[in-house]
Amino acid sequence: MTFQLPNFIPAIPEMFLFVMTMLVLLVELFHSPRFKNLGYYLAQLTLLGALILTIKFYAFQSVVTFHGSYILDHAACLLKIFIFASSFFVLIYTKDYIKENHLPQTEYYVLTLLIVLGMSVLVSAYSMITVYLGLELLSLPLYAMIAFKRDSGLCAEAAMKYFIMGAVASGILLYGISMLYGATQSLVISAVAEKIASASLANNLLITFGLVFVFAGVMFKLGAVPFHMWVPDVYQGSPNAVTLFIASATKLAAFGLTVRLLIDTFHVLHPIWQHVAMVIAILSMGIGNFVAIIQTNFKRMLAYSSIAHMGYLLLGLIAGTEAGYGAAMFYMVIYVIMSLGAFGLLVILSRSGYEVENISDLKGLHTRNPWLAFLMLLVMFSMAGIPPSAGFFAKISVLEALVSAHLVWLAALALIFAIIGVYYYIRVVKTMYFDTAEDESKIVIYGVGKQVAISVNCLSVLALGILPTGLFNLCILAFK
Amino acid sequence: MLIEQIVFIAFSLMLIFAAIMVVCSKNAVTSALYLVYAFFNSAVLWMLMQAEFLSLVLIFVYVGAVMTLFLFVVMMLNINIENLRRSRMKYLPIGILMTALIVGIVIYVVMPEHYISLTPVKATEHYSNISSLGMVLYTHYLYPFELAAVLLLAAIIGAISLTHVGNPKRKVQNINKQIQANKQSRLRIIKMPSEK
Repeated sequence: MTFQLPNFIPAIPEMFLFVMTMLVLLVELFHSPRFKNLGYYLAQLTLLGALILTIKFYAFQSVVTFHGSYILDHAACLLKIFIFASSFFVLIYTKDYIKENHLPQTEYYVLTLLIVLGMSVLVSAYSMITVYLGLELLSLPLYAMIAFKRDSGLCAEAAMKYFIMGAVASGILLYGISMLYGATQSLVISAVAEKIASASLANNLLITFGLVFVFAGVMFKLGAVPFHMWVPDVYQGSPNAVTLFIASATKLAAFGLTVRLLIDTFHVLHPIWQHVAMVIAILSMGIGNFVAIIQTNFKRMLAYSSIAHMGYLLLGLIAGTEAGYGAAMFYMVIYVIMSLGAFGLLVILSRSGYEVENISDLKGLHTRNPWLAFLMLLVMFSMAGIPPSAGFFAKISVLEALVSAHLVWLAALALIFAIIGVYYYIRVVKTMYFDTAEDESKIVIYGVGKQVAISVNCLSVLALGILPTGLFNLCILAFK
Repeated sequence: MLIEQIVFIAFSLMLIFAAIMVVCSKNAVTSALYLVYAFFNSAVLWMLMQAEFLSLVLIFVYVGAVMTLFLFVVMMLNINIENLRRSRMKYLPIGILMTALIVGIVIYVVMPEHYISLTPVKATEHYSNISSLGMVLYTHYLYPFELAAVLLLAAIIGAISLTHVGNPKRKVQNINKQIQANKQSRLRIIKMPSEK
């Protein structure tokens, strides 16, 4: 038996990421206490390096290597770029937070890098085994990170819930994959898709059965109703720094999972899963928007808003056209930027030992720190979908795809839910600008890097709303 | 053929029984022991499928190492059995309903007419399970194999970061607290009746 050496070049970003993670782990063990933030700078260097390598080896044509386990295509490259960039921002925001709250620093950076590795493996996985391994590599360190504040009961509860539900969801996904393997005798996604499309397996019940389970697993990771129960508790219970990470970068990975499993594998069966997705989308938009109204905890409110946003994202998948998939991806990228901004501001506002998490904590933010209040205003308007923000354009593009797929009623319904959703976003703005704070003292943010990063982050929401074409075309191109 | 079928049916029934008992037994130690039993039964089923190596690994690794550790952990936990007993019956109806639903659907779907008929091919006499596994493990499945290794490392780091507390006997001052301390937090003036 001869063995052909696989083409290693497409996987260079992942290899770099892994080697550097090991380096961070070792360096933190031995370095002298004089270089205080060495772990932080090395981690940031790693993310930057991986970002540059991804751009350098950007695949304009899809390349499959490692005997069909790995693919590098447009969607993978684009998602990876955003995953690395958003993780980079996450680390900038959280650097001081983890120090002030005495979270274990080295472990935080190493686990973050391992999660990033898992995400990047997941978005370019091309075999069911790699999909599963990427997913686990993404979730396992996350469970540990949520429980970092051991003495806090909420943290432990959130970690436990996420762990058990995540384990069940992984089991369900695996069960679905095993059914698919039984029906198609293959694990490589392209081969599975070919088998599904072939006439001999048309309307095979076993494949539909596998599809249901795979679909449930994917929806759990996206956090859509009725697989949403973990989202509010995990968002609320985790330390702000970890919530920031869960709400931003991992969502991109969840979308990568959706791309690989629902679009690459099951595009042929789109008429079947379209109906399930419709029910899930309507429920997500409904429950997400209505329940968010009554929340007083800001993190919980954003959690329900994320459930609603996943509903809008699903609309793009329901349309089922290239434009629809592209719009869904665009929606996800924009959502991640917004959520990075919102949770980033929460992390920045949290001072040592004091977590900003209630909406009432934002009272009078306008007088205490006008610039941060303005940035939060931008993010809230964008999440509500008010022009000229990026959130508006994202919603429009998804709805446009729906209308061109002749699903006007669904688009109208989505619009109604969006209007309901505006209420609770505007309420945050009202609290910041018109309510007076009990403590009128100014909030001073130390660290130039953090301020520049959050400003760039939140202003890009506005910039992408005014000039969305470049990013939008890239997203559309990913599914051509 | 007949003997194989008898073995298959006998061990499958035992496997199902063991799996049910894992969930249903009240004592966690009993559960763990039933899990060992379930692993053993599935190892026999794998053996029937001529996957000798995997079936032996299942016994060595899972029964021999993983479950032993499991038992240690379970025995060290201080579980309040009273509490467990109380909350059991509440979820029974919904549990039975869901199980019946899922099992019903699974049985309906995995019927022979939906299953692509694949006649299993008997391996030849000189077929070696280990060598055919070895041929693909580090070549064809190199990438997933490495990823599994990274996954194990991530699990180790996660577990350590959750359990490591540092040395509790360390006499380190909390400088932050020291600076913030004021007279009121250290001194307390108590009114006492004067002695006569």
